[in-house]
Amino acid sequence: MPDVLVLVDHDGERVHKSTYELLTAARRLGDPAAVVVEPPGTAARLKEALARHGATSVYAAESPEAGEFLSTPAVDALELAVREVSPAAVLVSATTDGKEVAGRLAARLDAGLLVDAVDLDSSGVATQVVFGGSYTVRSQVTHGLPVIAVRPGSFESEERPVEAGERQLALPPVDRAASARITARRAVLAGDRPELTEATVVVSGGRGVAGADGFKVVEELADALRGAVGASRAAVDAGYYPHQYQVGQTGKSVSPQLYIALGISGAIQHLAGMRTSKTIVAVNKDPEAPILELADYAVVGDLFAVAPQLAQEVAARREAG
Amino acid sequence: MNIVVLVKQVPDTAAERTLSEADHTLDRENADLVLDEINERAAEEALMLKETVGAEVTVVSMGPGSALDAIRKVLAMGADRGIHICDDRLRGTDVVTTAKVLAAAVRTVEDVDLVLAGNATTDGQASAVPAIVADLLGLPQLTHARELTVDAGRVRAEREAENGEATLDAPLPALVSVTEKINEPRYPSFKGIMAAKRKPVETVDLDDLFPDVDDTGLLVSRTHVMEAVPRPARAAGIRVTDDGSAGRRLVDYLIAQKLV
Repeated sequence: MPDVLVLVDHDGERVHKSTYELLTAARRLGDPAAVVVEPPGTAARLKEALARHGATSVYAAESPEAGEFLSTPAVDALELAVREVSPAAVLVSATTDGKEVAGRLAARLDAGLLVDAVDLDSSGVATQVVFGGSYTVRSQVTHGLPVIAVRPGSFESEERPVEAGERQLALPPVDRAASARITARRAVLAGDRPELTEATVVVSGGRGVAGADGFKVVEELADALRGAVGASRAAVDAGYYPHQYQVGQTGKSVSPQLYIALGISGAIQHLAGMRTSKTIVAVNKDPEAPILELADYAVVGDLFAVAPQLAQEVAARREAG
Repeated sequence: MNIVVLVKQVPDTAAERTLSEADHTLDRENADLVLDEINERAAEEALMLKETVGAEVTVVSMGPGSALDAIRKVLAMGADRGIHICDDRLRGTDVVTTAKVLAAAVRTVEDVDLVLAGNATTDGQASAVPAIVADLLGLPQLTHARELTVDAGRVRAEREAENGEATLDAPLPALVSVTEKINEPRYPSFKGIMAAKRKPVETVDLDDLFPDVDDTGLLVSRTHVMEAVPRPARAAGIRVTDDGSAGRRLVDYLIAQKLV
């Protein structure tokens, strides 16, 4: 079987779940091979976890400056790996960084690029959902190597222990005139909540939450359901909640198992970011709110009464067992 | 300083968007086309730099005849000149080819210091074109910037992505893509709109941009859309009016659906 290269998302200590999902997706096309771009010495820490999830090879592209520059080291590493092993495909996570890496790699290799795949079959046909969930598109790379950015959350991460071979890739020095240096990083403070785009439950608040204080109700329900908090553009624009939590056309696209919309009217802008959620629950005082029309379970009522009751009831049922 | 702004005309996200049945490309005839709102902020950032440090601002757009409206709007906001890439052979072009064509147009502008773009357009959302253009031009990419400073031959940006925020630094020339957080774009004044009519817009096609290349090599589509199916509208589900017990009843539903 040919190798299918998977770019590993990690924080130096831990491999991100989206990478395990890529390894699952890669198995449909060939032998998953993980490419780790990192400062020297961290490959050993990640190798065991990667092998446990089915990576038959681990390519370590180590360089002291790997973490210091935006995207370029990852693009260089994948380009190098592709030229060495002639893989059947390259998979990256369709994150902000991943989509850019995939695009730059495809341009350098004159390869075919597919972005935001939600499914992939054994012949390399990718399923994409476009225009905020209004169309399902099936596309294929017809010329050159397929470079595919897979949307996080689209595949199950599976444990599939294998023996992983290891190989070093010699990363070239970064061209300083053509690369942006990362001079500071600040992690987004999400507390204990899951990342919005990876969460299986998302609870979002809109203008109906009526203020930053009101978002406590949204957060408490999210915590009861062990989910992430989102916000509509109206709520973000009104300053109720930080921008990084915005769900919608110009914010994040989410596709959780359960999406709960509190006090959100359902402008097309917002629907575009959450319409592919598996189950949608909406609570809104206004019986005419468009989001109630597409909810699987719509409650016409006051979110400040419904959400705390729901949170309490979930906690009570959990305790009962 | 020479600044190039890349803009795109897109269907208004406030309306439904459809794909044509014939070739799965955007149905433009039935769409309300506007200058993409994030691109508008890239243009605003260029015009602010023009006012503070002095710059010649060139706006570049690829698209059919109607894309000229998007260019004129940025000229009306205060940009100096436009380049309209218009060629029927570019219909339905993919992300990589789009970036190659845009990069070629940027190369026609002399001594470019800064290329500005929106971080994503609201139609394609691949969000990769600016980074690819940077790679093709050999420029540092400072993408997803919510804050931008240009000073003493260097550019600094505050990047915002899902895995956190970062400060980026690079020498000019560079490419910066901005998020919708960066500014509030100005409205063109009446005077600006009148002046825009007299500003130069050069229309170019693929033969102008790639005079030495056999276009079959460039234009070969590397991806093929096999099928595009409208997703069925979500059927309205259960609807209740809260009588004081909706939260409790909702739990039963969530448990039945195995969601709790």
